[in-house]
Amino acid sequence: MPPEYGSSAEGFFARHRNSVVLAAALFVQIVGLAAQVKAPVDPRHPESGSARLLRVWTVSLLSPFERAMVSTGHWLRGFWSGYVDLRSVREENRRLHEENQQLKIQQALWNQDASQAHRLQALLDFKQHFIHQTVAAQVIGSSGTETSRVLYLDRGSRDGVKPDMAVITPDGIVGKVSRAFANTSQVLMITDSTSGVGGLLESSRLHGIVRGTARGDVSLRYIMQEETLQKGERVLTSGGDRIFPKGLQVGTITDIARGGDGFYSLTLSPAANLNRLEEVLIVTQIANDNLTADTNEAPERAAEMLAKRLPTVRKSPESEPKAVAAPLEKKKPATPAARNLAEPKGGSTQQQVKQTSPEKIEEQPVR
Amino acid sequence: MALSITSRDQFEVYRFNPVVAIAVPLLAIFVQAYLPLKLSFFNIFDLPLLVTIFFAVARRNPITGLLTGMIIGLLQDSLTHSFLGLYGISKTVVGFAASSLGVKIDVENPGSRLLMATGFYLVQKVVYYMVARGMARMDLQLDLPHALGAAVANGFLAIVLFSLLDKTKQRS
Repeated sequence: MPPEYGSSAEGFFARHRNSVVLAAALFVQIVGLAAQVKAPVDPRHPESGSARLLRVWTVSLLSPFERAMVSTGHWLRGFWSGYVDLRSVREENRRLHEENQQLKIQQALWNQDASQAHRLQALLDFKQHFIHQTVAAQVIGSSGTETSRVLYLDRGSRDGVKPDMAVITPDGIVGKVSRAFANTSQVLMITDSTSGVGGLLESSRLHGIVRGTARGDVSLRYIMQEETLQKGERVLTSGGDRIFPKGLQVGTITDIARGGDGFYSLTLSPAANLNRLEEVLIVTQIANDNLTADTNEAPERAAEMLAKRLPTVRKSPESEPKAVAAPLEKKKPATPAARNLAEPKGGSTQQQVKQTSPEKIEEQPVR
Repeated sequence: MALSITSRDQFEVYRFNPVVAIAVPLLAIFVQAYLPLKLSFFNIFDLPLLVTIFFAVARRNPITGLLTGMIIGLLQDSLTHSFLGLYGISKTVVGFAASSLGVKIDVENPGSRLLMATGFYLVQKVVYYMVARGMARMDLQLDLPHALGAAVANGFLAIVLFSLLDKTKQRS
């Protein structure tokens, strides 16, 4: 016998209870999603949304376990290597005795080189200290999804980590800090489709934007098809994004394809092994000189390029002072990004620069 | 492989110890977040999805199923860089559909579990991309061959995982 319901509304809800709850659950989430899309808290991070609390809870819940797993892994690795070392210590001892004899001979030769190396190392340390201040961090987790390529580090705002700080390894860049919690931080990797890094081709000095793809690859975009490129060319950070210091390794070109938009579609192999990250460095401070090198040059070049295109009175050769040649020569290493910006279709400035450096043309392969 | 359509009374309805009901989804999310650091290919699996399907099917209650999916999905969202709700919505749909399916067909044998997990992986993928592109205006591309491969891989993992999780079931 079917149950009797007091009113038609009550009956409707009783009959369609499952569907009503489903609709309500979806409605609440859709409204929440729409609120995040429409009203981002931080304009620099439109994806960050306003629902920070749930993220903090989840990260706070999981990160202690992730830290414990990483620490346990290190302990087990150390324990195992210690055990293996102990077993082979006798054999090792005999071999070391032999090596010791040889090393004593080599030591005399190396002493001379060592003093020079110490001096160079001291210089390098000095430079690194004043260019970047970094914080070493351990990778403790990931998003675990293919659609959002992020990492979690065991350093947070208490360690001085803030959003938009660069995360690097000695091999190359990894990504940038997207969220900083108290003891943990989230890193948006360069393989994520929403990431963007200012890139610079090492030999041709062309500027582009390094972006992640939906499949987790890294690509370099906005290099015009009239430029000459070759596989294997290295890509560095340009410093133009004001996040990554200039000159860090991004990757090498592994595939060159022509898009329909007049730009190349370049696939990169990341310099850092992004699939096996354990320790990284967070760049907490960058010297201003490092970042502003490019931005200071650009307006000057743009003005000069514009001046070149304006009609000028032709001077007789003897009246042209030779001093004019000097500033023109200075513009030879001008970055093509400014050229792309100033003249995205014509490319005449590119030809001008190439004319000033014929040896550069000979080195480049035929497209 | 037998997919028999029978009445609800012929199927067992299971319940779970509250500790299991909370710990297993959290463990799935934790493993999903940690293991890809060591095994990068593990990203193609979606343990939280499989756990959602398992609980939804075992309980055979659409409301519990969709709420389980919603909570697991939102927790998964909170570990990503994207908007909260993308996985929440897609797993809500999956949780509801899986528990509704569990009422109608036998989902206890490995064959049906393979098909079910494969199918729901694709359902989740499609819903996720529809919401991400339609609502969040995210620039995502659905790589269908990759999605199909991942779906089948998740199907096979489901056979193993579900047989392990069967030990946590209690008859209602």
